Amino acid sequence: MNAVDLTINLVYVLAAALFIGGLKLLSHPDTARRGNLVSAIGMLFAVVITLIDQEVLQYQYIVLGFIIGGAYGAWKAKSVEMTAMPEMVSLFNGFGGAASLLVGWATIVAMSDMALRFTSGFVFSTVIITILIGGITFSGSLIAWGKLSGKLGSKAVIFKGLRELSIAHLAAFVVVGIAFVYNPDSAFLLGLAILLALSFGILATISIGGADMPVVIALLNSYSGIAACAAGLAIDNTILIVTGLLVGASGLILTNIMCKAMNRSLLNVLLSGFAKPVEMGEVITGEVKVMSAQDAFYVLEAAQAVLVVPGYGMAVAQAQHAVRELQNLLEENNCTVDYAIHPVAGRMPGHMNVLLAEADVPYEQLYEMDDVNPRMENYDVVIVIGANDVVNPAAKEMEGSPIYGMPVIEVYRAKTVFVLKRSANAGFAGVDNPLFFKDNTRMVLGDAKDTINNIIREFGDQ
Amino acid sequence: MEMIYLIFIVLLAALLGFELIRKVPATLHTPLMSGSNAISGITLVGAIASAGGDHEWLTILLGTGAVALASINVVGGYLVTDRMLGMFKKKDSK
Repeated sequence: MNAVDLTINLVYVLAAALFIGGLKLLSHPDTARRGNLVSAIGMLFAVVITLIDQEVLQYQYIVLGFIIGGAYGAWKAKSVEMTAMPEMVSLFNGFGGAASLLVGWATIVAMSDMALRFTSGFVFSTVIITILIGGITFSGSLIAWGKLSGKLGSKAVIFKGLRELSIAHLAAFVVVGIAFVYNPDSAFLLGLAILLALSFGILATISIGGADMPVVIALLNSYSGIAACAAGLAIDNTILIVTGLLVGASGLILTNIMCKAMNRSLLNVLLSGFAKPVEMGEVITGEVKVMSAQDAFYVLEAAQAVLVVPGYGMAVAQAQHAVRELQNLLEENNCTVDYAIHPVAGRMPGHMNVLLAEADVPYEQLYEMDDVNPRMENYDVVIVIGANDVVNPAAKEMEGSPIYGMPVIEVYRAKTVFVLKRSANAGFAGVDNPLFFKDNTRMVLGDAKDTINNIIREFGDQ
Repeated sequence: MEMIYLIFIVLLAALLGFELIRKVPATLHTPLMSGSNAISGITLVGAIASAGGDHEWLTILLGTGAVALASINVVGGYLVTDRMLGMFKKKDSK
């Protein structure tokens, strides 16, 4: 190892340490922002030191690519609405996968005939794995992005033969992969591998419904890291390996948390499109009790402790700022306001927390499901805003229900429950919700933001 | 030997990743994801060698594309994470 290579590698070690330190600071909201900065400095070091590599002879294309990508990234980061965060993260996962795919591809193209003959099979194996994972991440993320942003329908798309087609793809990966390792100069095999990866990514994501999207984003996040790691193995670059794995681990942990919160295995989520729809064991009957915003105000005015349970509907209605305003009024009225956030509320892990943070709700007031459930009886009023399945008592009470066994926020144990909802229909998962029929539940129908604003107006009139 | 050495790195980095990420609270999971988007932009380092080397046009084209895509992740990922984390406030810090 000459002096330049040694310097580069030492700086890579430093960069890796900064990434690790940055992630460690991310373990608390107070230090998280500093952690992000530390991580960014690590990235700066890694990129700048790579530029002095002796193999890098010309800078115009690097600069060109960086300006195009950097400008787009900066614009997107500044302009994105917080409600649209799941789409953006999904899109970025896809870009990460595509970048790794291109690096893998370029590595093969750059090899001379001599290199192609004498490079070890291990390198070609890692190249083909990079291309496959990168391709799946790219096309899968684009489909997820389309579904989340409403450009594609959010329903699971199932057609006859989908299962067979998917299995055929997996088999083809193995065959094409092995064939490629023995014939790395074959442009045909390379092209076939890329096409297979892209079409498998589409198949695997298109058959998953909108409610399972948090799992899919987390998993694709993990893939984008694993693709970077595989690219690192292919080009023998340790910083890519280490960093890619940090991201891969992060995505896997989040995937696991999401699956646990839905009481399902990862396999069950990925194959959900193939399952037969579950028939409800029993029909829920009863009367829904509707309440006006004005009556809701009278109850809230007398309340001492209020719990807010937000769901994706809050994001859709952009109601988070109105909720914050209501919180202020309640607190002035000597009432405590807490928020309970289910791990799969919204369309990505932690989405609700960001929306509430945007509306200036202090993070100390946001509680996890396991924190609020034991003291649910103490709340006078629970306001459910645009959430459905995550507060569905069927998960506890009805063995025949598709969501039976899923841990939920047990709002029905509070004294009164307000459900803010557009109409009394089933929620996203198409599951009937017995909560709506409970004696202590009142439905306040209409757009969530309008409803809350109406209640706020009542406060103002007093 | 070289391969064993790489497997060592893979194993240790994966374990370290699991230990670190497990400690991130649920409230920060969205910034964690956008932040890991940014970190996965490390592919930029690999792309630089392809775009800046003395190669044929196809390699340079692929490399430049990879630089652009990875730069989106690096620049966009860090900026949006910073923007989000700036919103998380304590009760009395107005």
